[in-house]
Amino acid sequence: MAQIFHRSTNILSRLTIYGAIFILAGLVWAAYIIYSSPYFTEVNVARQQPVPFSHKHHVSGLGLDCRFCHTSVEESSFAGIPPTETCMTCHSQIWSDSSVLEPVRASYRNNTSLEWTRVYQLPGYVYFNHSIHLNKGIGCSSCHGRVDQMPLTYRENPMQMQWCLDCHRNVELYVRPREEVFKMDYVAPGDQLALGKKLVKEYKVQKLTDCVTCHR
Amino acid sequence: MSSINSKGSSGKALDPTALRSRLEQTRGKEYWRSLEELAGTDEFLEFLRNEFPRQSGLLSEGLDRRQVLKLMGASLALAGLAGCAHMPTEKILPYVKQPEEIVPGEPLFFATAMPLGGFGKGLVVESHLGRPTKIEGNPQHPGSLGATDAFGQASVLTLYDPDRSQTVLRLGNINTWVEFIGAVNEVRADQQIKKGAGLRVLTETVTSPTLAYQLQQLLAEFPLAEWHQYEPVGRDNLKAGARLAFGEMVDTIYRFDQADVILSLESDFLFAGPGCVRYARDFAGRRRMGDKQTDMNRLYVVESSPSVTGSVADHRLRIRSSNIEALARSLGKEAGVLPAAGDHEPSQLVHGQWIEAVVRDLQRHRGSSVVLAGEQQPPSVHALCHALNEVFGNVGKTVIYTDPVESNPVNQMQSLRELVSDMKSGRVDTLFILSGNPVFTAPVDLEFGEALSRIKLGVHLGLYEDETSQLCHWHVPETHYLEAWGDVRAYEGTISIIQPLIAPLYGGKSAHEVLATLQGHPTRSSYEIVQDYWKNRGQKNAGFGSKSFKESWEIALYNGFIEGTGLPQKPVSVKKGFEKSASTEPRQSASATAIKAVGSRPLEIVFRPDPTIWDGRFANNGWLQELPKPMSKLTWDNVMWISPATAARLGINQEDVVRLLLEGREVNAPAWIMPGHADDSVTVHFGYGSTLAGRVGAGTGFNAYLLRTSGHPWMATGVELQRTGEQSALAITNIHHSMEGRDFVRVATLEEFRKNPRFAQEMNPAPPPDSTLYPEVKDTGYAWGMAINLNSCIGCNACVVACQAENNIPVVGKDQVRRSREMHWIRIDHYFHGSLDDPEIYNEPVMCMHCENAPCELVCPVGATNHSAEGLNQMIYNRCVGTRYCSNNCPYKVRRFNFYQLGDWETPSLKLQRNPNVTVRSRGVMEKCSYCVQRINAAKIDAEKQDRKVRDGEIVTACQAACPTEAIVFGDINDPNSHVSRLKAQTLNYGLLTELTTHPRTTYLAKVRNPNPEIEES
Repeated sequence: MAQIFHRSTNILSRLTIYGAIFILAGLVWAAYIIYSSPYFTEVNVARQQPVPFSHKHHVSGLGLDCRFCHTSVEESSFAGIPPTETCMTCHSQIWSDSSVLEPVRASYRNNTSLEWTRVYQLPGYVYFNHSIHLNKGIGCSSCHGRVDQMPLTYRENPMQMQWCLDCHRNVELYVRPREEVFKMDYVAPGDQLALGKKLVKEYKVQKLTDCVTCHR
Repeated sequence: MSSINSKGSSGKALDPTALRSRLEQTRGKEYWRSLEELAGTDEFLEFLRNEFPRQSGLLSEGLDRRQVLKLMGASLALAGLAGCAHMPTEKILPYVKQPEEIVPGEPLFFATAMPLGGFGKGLVVESHLGRPTKIEGNPQHPGSLGATDAFGQASVLTLYDPDRSQTVLRLGNINTWVEFIGAVNEVRADQQIKKGAGLRVLTETVTSPTLAYQLQQLLAEFPLAEWHQYEPVGRDNLKAGARLAFGEMVDTIYRFDQADVILSLESDFLFAGPGCVRYARDFAGRRRMGDKQTDMNRLYVVESSPSVTGSVADHRLRIRSSNIEALARSLGKEAGVLPAAGDHEPSQLVHGQWIEAVVRDLQRHRGSSVVLAGEQQPPSVHALCHALNEVFGNVGKTVIYTDPVESNPVNQMQSLRELVSDMKSGRVDTLFILSGNPVFTAPVDLEFGEALSRIKLGVHLGLYEDETSQLCHWHVPETHYLEAWGDVRAYEGTISIIQPLIAPLYGGKSAHEVLATLQGHPTRSSYEIVQDYWKNRGQKNAGFGSKSFKESWEIALYNGFIEGTGLPQKPVSVKKGFEKSASTEPRQSASATAIKAVGSRPLEIVFRPDPTIWDGRFANNGWLQELPKPMSKLTWDNVMWISPATAARLGINQEDVVRLLLEGREVNAPAWIMPGHADDSVTVHFGYGSTLAGRVGAGTGFNAYLLRTSGHPWMATGVELQRTGEQSALAITNIHHSMEGRDFVRVATLEEFRKNPRFAQEMNPAPPPDSTLYPEVKDTGYAWGMAINLNSCIGCNACVVACQAENNIPVVGKDQVRRSREMHWIRIDHYFHGSLDDPEIYNEPVMCMHCENAPCELVCPVGATNHSAEGLNQMIYNRCVGTRYCSNNCPYKVRRFNFYQLGDWETPSLKLQRNPNVTVRSRGVMEKCSYCVQRINAAKIDAEKQDRKVRDGEIVTACQAACPTEAIVFGDINDPNSHVSRLKAQTLNYGLLTELTTHPRTTYLAKVRNPNPEIEES
């Protein structure tokens, strides 16, 4: 039987064999890049919402506290999404005929929920509790970023396990005084490490890295 | 495929003689779990060798190397791809107007009560955003004290059962409630003329004050109408016995917390009946040996068929059910209640010494003993028990008499008989059947179904479309007790308002609403009916006191019961000469039946409700179907129990299908050889065999109701057995997960314990020196541990279902159970000890031991199981790749693998039941007991927020919460004052397989029996 491939193709096969390790490494590297890219983590991607709600306007513009809407953040695992009634507290009076707010009014009228798209979303096997994080001096902006600067809400952090563990292992770098947790423009002081160590002791912050802390 | 055929549960003949001799020879193997293990058949050994047997049979026969490589390559590629998936976008739907008390993410708890057999048990139900997910007992309710039974735990699954009836039916066609109201109005108009002459209402046992009031009102409006009651597991004999003894109807309440000596004549008081949960608590409280408590009660049980109560007895006398009456009479004579001479003298008083010893023991404990009989025994035995209690001075101390709890305590069999005869003679135009499935459950000789098809209009209110609804003209879907308002009384009379937790899922109606429709008020809701009753009449009755109605109502709902409605003690005394009327009373004993001899001895058949699906009402409940039944560990089926000796005599082998013939009726049943069963007697459990039970229950088991007659609802003699030559395939779990005959259950008598309190620890084989290379880890914060008191455990199964409900454990089905793939995180191992015919029986709950040196952790290639800083052996589902090495290396055999997508991710109604705090596992991952880590975390977060440590008793695992006997205690073993630490410090404390240096965090308190030395010696 005649040769199917020309001799020059040998070089190709040699390249493939000797370069296998680089090719594999390249693939792994590419996968990692994709995995940590916004394409995958959806960091900095603003989500389509039924109403283009602006945290920037409500928080830094009007000075609403986080807890005005996210009422259960201090007592429950879930921070809470405000019921339509909360929106209507003001919007039955102001911007009450704005077309942008029609879905809100429709929801109130028809007693049907607004369908918000989740921005921060964890897999089904991860259990997170807002209340304990606030209680131990982790501020909203530590995870959610400067929400007060977001006209449309997007994910600030990748919500991947490595990112969680980064804080869980080095709490001192992130903990802040309890009275500052809702402060959006909080800036860590220069001696954060010293402050962090003091607060960790004071608040009895544990560095929980057991799997069952989050997975169960 | 040969491996599939090599059935785990025998399949090969078990030779009883060989078993007996084997038992005599083997000194080492004193405890055995099953006859198969004892026999040590090749099949059994093969079954054991594979931890998950017969999985090889799933692969196709001709799998060669090339195919294996292909499959592996494909799996690798697909596994990689699976990791690249985007998370699906989720929506959040907030409330429009958020109810004030709801905090999303935090559960709410509501008090309510579950009616079963007419009687209520107080519950507290966990609700997540309006979805009831988990049942707990109500700690303040006298019938619960915080615990539940398996039925209560599983009832939440029935609520979400997608097979429940979902629409009004007329002649099997979909119809509407409005049309139904029209039809009922016609009935009203018609019956008003006749004063109700053709109107009948059939209910189950009624203790609900509101329902009883409604029925009275109905009877006042239609004076010629009749109200009948029938419950397949009724209390007729109890009631008749009380009438016989006292001349009036009274209910009996026992105070087992005050009882030193208890004699039960076939009463399964720890497992069944309205007061069982409370009784189990009280009974176990007197059995827990501790450093302070060094005395314990003594339980004698006389029974034919091994029961939960019998399994914890210190002395269990197995005799035929029909001979118990004679034994009771001998007892009566010995105790001086009956005249010494009588013509009922049993010819051979084989148990003479036993009886004398028991009577002496009872006499020694005057005022602190109890004699009681089971419903299966005829009224005369009950009357005798009352007389005995009086003679032994127990009345007012351990035995309390009250007015009847039932609203109308009729003889239900008689009531049903009258109804059927009226139906047959054409006196009934309209019959309202308010819940229940009498066509299936009524005694076969009454031919209820046939009579029902003759009447003009039958109306059936029921949870399911079943045999009865098929023969009725109208069927109305019934509300589950978690869906509708109602009220119910507990075993001692305490009234609970049944508070719904969810609006009817399938548009159901309650009995209150159907009755109101019949009374001409079709728009009245259960809420209005129940509240109006209490507003207008309740205050007069009791409990609502001087406060305003609204306040009293709220308090009753908050507490889960109405304070002070327990029935007061009633002074009654046994009539003189009751024993004479006893002999004229129609007796359900051997003499009444035509005796057909098998060989020389007539064979007796005993009817019992099924221990998991009860009278059939839970047939479509997967949790209860798959729950290994106490004693037999059978799932998904019912069988005919037969003693080893009788089986040998009749040539019947394990799992042989046998034809039972009784009074011209016949049914085929698989035989199961039950050590401890009385000879010349067989037991069948009724409840199975409905073909209309729904997707889960249809086609399971055989219908034992087909042999049950109104004359002999509990036992009959003269049953004939014929071998059919067929074999059935049963799913029995007591041979699964064997720990291969090491000293798991450690037992001593009270005497031995007093001499050597450390007997259990001394039985520990010493671990070899320097047996571990691993450094000892000492947890500095919390260290979670558990202690299980074998002295308390009665093997009632409540913990198994509680765990299943709490931890989203799937149901796997009969075929998978047969492959040893049941998923229960906690199993109740069941050991026999002693002779084949009359063994002692022990129960031992086994779940993950959370070993400090866990063998499973070392072999996991991906670190999916490892140790937490608080000593938890964590199982991380999202890391698990399913090698199953961990399970192979687990000496306790407590790990469970998801061979398939076993959890139902599709059925919408079932999604509502899931605990949102526990991952719903997917195919290919291992799982096991987590010590309810979700509860630990919740409690820790609570404590941290309040800047304190977790208090002892704050974390209660699901199994612990459900346990009626407080056998399971969980807590922090680093705290020397915690309950669990104090238990572990006891001399009875021992660990399983500690010689392997696993250092299990779950330990056991050894069992102490309290036999009567007089009987022991003889």
